[in-house]
Amino acid sequence: MTRGEQIGDVLLQVEHASLTFGGVKALADISFDVREHEIRAIIGPNGAGKSSLLNLINGVYTPVAGTISYRGRVRPRMHPYDAARLGIARTFQSLALFKGMSVLDNIMTGRTLKMHAGLLAQALHIGPAAREEIEHRKVVERIIDFLEIQAYRRQPVGSLSYGLQKRVDLGRALALEPQLLLLDEPMAGMNLEEKQDMCRFILDVNEEFGTTIVLIEHDMGVVMDISDRVVVLDYGRKIGDGTPEEVRANPEVINAYLGVAH
Amino acid sequence: MSMYHTTAQLRHNWPVVLLATLLAAGLAAPLASGAATSGFFLEVLLGGLMAGVLYSLVALGFVLIYKASGVFNFAQGAMVLFAALAAARLAEHMPLALAATLALLLMIAFAWLVERIVLRPLVNQSAVALLMATLGISTFLEGFGQALWGSAIYSINLGLSKEPMILGAQLFEGGILVSRDDLVATSVVGALVLVLGLFFQKTATGRALRAVADDHLAAQSIGIPLNRIWVIVWSVAGFVALVAGLVWGSKLGVQFSLSEVALKGLPVAILGGLTSVPGAIIGGLIIGVGEKFAEVFLGQALARWFHLQGGGIENWFAYVLVLAFLLVRPEGLFGERHIDRV
Repeated sequence: MTRGEQIGDVLLQVEHASLTFGGVKALADISFDVREHEIRAIIGPNGAGKSSLLNLINGVYTPVAGTISYRGRVRPRMHPYDAARLGIARTFQSLALFKGMSVLDNIMTGRTLKMHAGLLAQALHIGPAAREEIEHRKVVERIIDFLEIQAYRRQPVGSLSYGLQKRVDLGRALALEPQLLLLDEPMAGMNLEEKQDMCRFILDVNEEFGTTIVLIEHDMGVVMDISDRVVVLDYGRKIGDGTPEEVRANPEVINAYLGVAH
Repeated sequence: MSMYHTTAQLRHNWPVVLLATLLAAGLAAPLASGAATSGFFLEVLLGGLMAGVLYSLVALGFVLIYKASGVFNFAQGAMVLFAALAAARLAEHMPLALAATLALLLMIAFAWLVERIVLRPLVNQSAVALLMATLGISTFLEGFGQALWGSAIYSINLGLSKEPMILGAQLFEGGILVSRDDLVATSVVGALVLVLGLFFQKTATGRALRAVADDHLAAQSIGIPLNRIWVIVWSVAGFVALVAGLVWGSKLGVQFSLSEVALKGLPVAILGGLTSVPGAIIGGLIIGVGEKFAEVFLGQALARWFHLQGGGIENWFAYVLVLAFLLVRPEGLFGERHIDRV
């Protein structure tokens, strides 16, 4: 089966969404969709509104106009917690890991929604709670193997290099076993080798777990190689949408990135 | 490698070693100098430990809220006062057990209200905003508590015999004098401290709690129910406040100054490291025993050598100890070290 055949129905649909901050328009009339099993990139220069758009999908912000529907259901108002329950996980541009905690514990927190044992059972570490903890540990260990961070599992994340922290951030999001994974500049501040590693992880996640991925990047280079379709934002407006080839050929996109010829 | 490891650890931990040495010396001095008989020595030690367990309990309240919201809860003392007032006044009309249960329900309702009215609107705001909010809660609770329950001194009768017991009369001259109610209260509180400590240290809820403390937004977006965690934590802090209020109230009478006594939990929590449950327990014991020894033996010595009055050391000992310790180790005994990569 080729990639094109695997890509399925519309999973997430953003329609005419706008967002303002105290009169400043951060996003104006944005519409696009994300299909199942797809890698969808949102690119644009700094300040184009990429992170705002991600925060909109994630429920941190509520659009002032327009709608967002997930799996065909429109959500009137949502919080990040609800998004997590619906199967939407995310990583953060500026790392938001739990710094004092070990790599293992950080990724374990991602399992919170899957834990069902009562407080008392947890406290006493009896029966189902103990079994549950072991089950979750297995899942987390698989993620740690997958991301090749076995050597650091007991280290506090605050002491790791930036590239490794980005991996832990990804691991924590994967622990939710999400349907839709939002990555906020997963390759920002990385050197070429780290970027290539991260690309490989993103492709593997998409391939092995069938996870749909929306990723943000301001650097066009790497993203174009791994994305199925690309949305281009500039000053809060959508100026391009399509396959990487189409977007690359779009004159408005070229202008936004290279400046207008005079 | 291991050699390097040990020396590096020693370099980091020298304040702890120093503190332990000083405390051990202070502990041994009265016996060595003959200032106390072994019976009296043990009596003071036991008194200190009993006071210390209560400090630990209050400190635990501070630590829990600090861990869950990354903010120092100035209202902890006021919560002790409020819970004790509620229990004392309700107990005038019903058995104490029922009154205490009602007071507990009241504290849980209070936790829920705090989450709704104060914490939820302040999610993702700066820690200073939250800190000011707890100051506000504290002032409100002190005033509202007195408006509701009155401002006189009320008594709580735990129904324990106040009659002193004499322990180990065969071993020491005169034995050790211990009051029975102190002993029972201490055992109960000690058990409670242990259970709470294990709960927050060893469970998934404890882990979620630490996550919430580190980053609200990240915790929410991986599906940690922030609001529920906060209600749980403030309810536990309310429960802790109630127990401390009952025990202290039965000793000192329920009155306004309880909220200040409870603030002794503050230096204890700081000494232990604000994020550490075992730290709160050990810090409480250190300060409980330390201040009793300072009061009894250091006071005596000062009076003898310098003709000072030598009293009241108990009131400031904890603060000076903590201040000195923080100078060399800002994260406290077991607190998380701040690792900042620049």
